[in-house]
Amino acid sequence: MQPPKIDIRGLDFFFDKKQVIRDFSLEIPANEILAVFGPANSGTTTLLQAMNRLTDLRPGARAEGRILLDGKNVFDADVNVTELRRRVGMVFEVPTPLPLSIYENVAYGPRLRSRKNHAALDEVVETALVRAALWDDVKDRLHTAGARLSGGQQQRLCIARVLALEPEVILLDRPCSGLDPISTAKIEESLRQLKEHFTIVLIPHNVQQAGRVADQVAFMLMGSLVEHGATDEVFRNPKNQKTNDYITGRFG
Amino acid sequence: MKSPMERFTERIFLVVALSSLSVLALITVFIFVEGVPIIAKVGFFRFVFGTVWAPSQNLYGIFPMIVGSVAVTLGAAVIGVPIALCCSIFLAEFAPAAVRNVVRPAIQLLAGIPSVVYGFWGLLFVVPFIRVYLGGPGLSILAGSIILGIMMLPTVISISEVSLLSLPRQYKEGAFALGLTHWQTIRTVLLPAAKSGIVAAIILGIGRAIGETMAVIMVLGNAVAIPESILDPARTLTTNIGIEMGYASGDHQQALFATGIVLLAIIMLLNASAQLATRRK
Repeated sequence: MQPPKIDIRGLDFFFDKKQVIRDFSLEIPANEILAVFGPANSGTTTLLQAMNRLTDLRPGARAEGRILLDGKNVFDADVNVTELRRRVGMVFEVPTPLPLSIYENVAYGPRLRSRKNHAALDEVVETALVRAALWDDVKDRLHTAGARLSGGQQQRLCIARVLALEPEVILLDRPCSGLDPISTAKIEESLRQLKEHFTIVLIPHNVQQAGRVADQVAFMLMGSLVEHGATDEVFRNPKNQKTNDYITGRFG
Repeated sequence: MKSPMERFTERIFLVVALSSLSVLALITVFIFVEGVPIIAKVGFFRFVFGTVWAPSQNLYGIFPMIVGSVAVTLGAAVIGVPIALCCSIFLAEFAPAAVRNVVRPAIQLLAGIPSVVYGFWGLLFVVPFIRVYLGGPGLSILAGSIILGIMMLPTVISISEVSLLSLPRQYKEGAFALGLTHWQTIRTVLLPAAKSGIVAAIILGIGRAIGETMAVIMVLGNAVAIPESILDPARTLTTNIGIEMGYASGDHQQALFATGIVLLAIIMLLNASAQLATRRK
């Protein structure tokens, strides 16, 4: 059995005195999609942002316990945070193209990191856009502003931007919450293809999305892990009454 | 349908709002009425580009003052803008809360110091320093630039800091999530995104510098001649009015109003470009 890509062990997370994640342990295998879901304020976003330490930006944030990425604790003092965020990319709820052209949005990260010649950079951009299922939409207008795209296209642009960095893990925080069903379907389709190359952790914007794309699901409530298992298993017969209630829409 | 009471309230606000606007109109009309005849009499070109200002001989050329104003203001921008930008970036991005809570009010305090005190300080410290170490009379464009550079700091710092802080949080998070360092994020994402606000801040700071009178009278030397180096004394449009208004009469007084027209035009131009800069997004 392969060691897990990410291994969360006994994680407690605080903002000042308020505890938002309680004694959370979970193993995330490589090349699978894990969906972490739960009602608002159950700690899902914090959990995701702790994995690439974007929580460092929040005042008063403090973690206890460990998140091991390939066996190395991301909270260790000798971790290069910039390097960590390159390996663990993130897509946000609201698509946030940088104020640049489509091409530049994608080429941006790779260019800052290493001197690449034009042809190599073009290839990186194309590969990333193809993988994010955006290439066909934009190949004739790569140099128009990223902000001119539709919401769904912007979100796929943000996914492409992360892919261009060749990360190992991709975190997606409700990537489809503002999108129409067709855009959502396109993003879900590209996620299914992407898991061949990446480990994906997704916070779905509703329970159905978790059912459609995830290999494994984890249900969180008030910062604690309630139930975790293969998607079919959890959806067909949840062990915990609360999970059952949530999935069937009886609360939350 | 609006109730009569509601409409009445709206009217009241409209009238009060217009009254502040009418002051602007009044001042503008007044200085134009006073100033335009002398410009017509001397000739626009000879007034603006004439190099001799000798009211006793009926020679009214304000070109040396225009050069003086432009030189001192440019100097102030060269000294003040880099300091102000570094300071606003520091406050918006790097400073820990404790430092920020001391530095920010301190900078605002800087705006509260009366300009005559700046001038006095410049006269006692900056001017002798220049005279001893750099030569010349000390009363000079350089001294004026230093004082105005300091005086424009609060304006430029607070406006550019606000425009940095008001950027959507997602820009920063997005850039960090791409694995950019903090400085890379500032340089390639935040500064370009806040550019319009920062440009407006600089223009407003420059507007403040070009309109300043009291402090400049005290350190600039006020010689009516086109300066040849930054160590030469000079006279600006504002100081020309400030110095001579007390005893001027007739054509001379009108020429000072005309100087005011030119100054007003320059400041209007600056403010308009500041508005244009903020609008372009």
